[in-house]
Amino acid sequence: MALTATKKKSRRRQAFTRRDKFTLSVFVGVPAFLHIVWVWIPALLTIGLSFTFWNGVGLSDIRWAGLANYNTAFTASPQFWPAIRNNVYWLLWFGLIATPLGVLLAYQIDRRIRGHKIYESVYYIPVVLSLAVIGVIWNFMLGPGGLVQALLGYSDIKDAIPIFGNFKINTYVILSIASWRHIGYIMLLYLAGLKSVDPSLREAASIDGATEWQSFRKVVIPAMKPVNVIIIVITVIESLRAFDLIFIIYGTSGAWPILGMLVFQNIYGQAASMLGAAFAVILLLLSITPIVVYLRTIFRDDI
Amino acid sequence: MSKAAKNRNYKNRQKQKDFMISLFIGVFGVLWLMPILWTIWTSLRPYEDIIQNGVFSFPKTLNLDNYVDAFRQMDIFQYLANSFIVAIPAVFLTLFFGSLLAFVVTRYSFRFNLSLLLLLTAGNLMPSQLVYAPLFKMYIWFGDLVGNRTILYDSYLGLILIHVALQVGFATFVMSSYMKTIPKEISESAMVDGASVFRHYWSVLLPLMRPPLAALSVLMTVWIYNEFFWAVVLMKTDSKRPITSALGRLQGEFITDYNLLAAGAIMAALPTLIIFFILKRQFVSGLTLGSTKG
Repeated sequence: MALTATKKKSRRRQAFTRRDKFTLSVFVGVPAFLHIVWVWIPALLTIGLSFTFWNGVGLSDIRWAGLANYNTAFTASPQFWPAIRNNVYWLLWFGLIATPLGVLLAYQIDRRIRGHKIYESVYYIPVVLSLAVIGVIWNFMLGPGGLVQALLGYSDIKDAIPIFGNFKINTYVILSIASWRHIGYIMLLYLAGLKSVDPSLREAASIDGATEWQSFRKVVIPAMKPVNVIIIVITVIESLRAFDLIFIIYGTSGAWPILGMLVFQNIYGQAASMLGAAFAVILLLLSITPIVVYLRTIFRDDI
Repeated sequence: MSKAAKNRNYKNRQKQKDFMISLFIGVFGVLWLMPILWTIWTSLRPYEDIIQNGVFSFPKTLNLDNYVDAFRQMDIFQYLANSFIVAIPAVFLTLFFGSLLAFVVTRYSFRFNLSLLLLLTAGNLMPSQLVYAPLFKMYIWFGDLVGNRTILYDSYLGLILIHVALQVGFATFVMSSYMKTIPKEISESAMVDGASVFRHYWSVLLPLMRPPLAALSVLMTVWIYNEFFWAVVLMKTDSKRPITSALGRLQGEFITDYNLLAAGAIMAALPTLIIFFILKRQFVSGLTLGSTKG
């Protein structure tokens, strides 16, 4: 709406001086150039390159491959389906456990239960830490000589049991570490949304005898629709893009394969091939739906 | 039972329940802080003490020696400096470009306003891995073109520019939603008075943009400081790496001396923790400005 108002006004006054025209084109042109050349052109090039054979060195070595890379990705990459499976685990864990916990936490803190100010800070400290720091910190908990090892009775470094290397539990361990940050992040976003919900709505519900759970489900959640969409989208995008934590814990060993790491292994360094580009495009295709939903939500007034 | 009594009864039960909820969240909160507290604790104890007496022993000495050693042996100061050499100009440029774009799309009407915003925001959400390989090639190619291979690749400048290019969309979006709330009359009168476009931006609107600029600068500093992927792939020389990406290598190198590593990790976390405690409000409002518009 605001946009159409501008439209009318400036149509009435289109008399820009030459200098103003120049200023305006610089204002738009420089940032747009930077963004398009640095982000969109490389992204489109990767899409194109995913249909070629190339080792990433000489431009003259590029050969047309058709769908060969995709064929390899789907049928002849031993890590592909495990990686997809891990991304799905990540998504399910975040979607069914971490995100709901963050929402619930935000709801309780917003009700100003005793100590809510302290709790808010406590739960959101991990949000400001980088995943690199988080990886190192959790290694002190779980790695050799770590607190958890000691609690389990393996306090001597020599006796340490593998936790990250234990394939029965490492998925849960990794997802718990990732949640440590994600829950606080979701709490933060939801808390901000809750502050804009009219408190009298909830009061009315509680006078009518609604339990806390009922008023949360029937009053708060419906009033928060845009925030809910944003949170779901962020959950999906984070699950798809997961990379840093795995890199810090496992390096490029692929011990816990995930799509973001699969792209990296195949496109970075000496062993580069355009199979990595094909993985990157698959990652993009999976990300498109949440990106579109996100854009539609935040630009809902303008479109 | 009268309605009032019923209500009182309900309130009492709710009070008890709230107490339990608060207790539960509190206990969980202690667990939540455990990894950080444990790392700080580890960083304050000498290595020999733990080796001799075990992890749970009562410490004979607690001191900052590990921090001193971390600075000496790990070049922590250099890596911290690198982080800020990248983050500060990147944040500054992002906000500058973002405010220019926000200014144009909200105050002037072009047909491509909305498409530009959509393009920038979508680009911000693109997986970095999709962008990496051609960008790397372009950096090398441009370097060869101007006769200096490390002008963009393996340089602060190249890292700064990719951060700006990726984040400018988010900054534009946040600032343009804020700018829409500034009354049009202010711009009208500036234009009637014959102010040039530049004056209109610089002297009229920019001073009104302090709240989103403050919020975004805090948020973006934390984001760019914490960024990991680009710092790993675009910086080859170890001594130029920001601290987040250097930490991975230090973890491998100092794996046996983990009290020292703990000190390093705390040093790496310290700037963002300080920002968190001092500028928490700006950080939160920066996040929420972008995600919960309206």
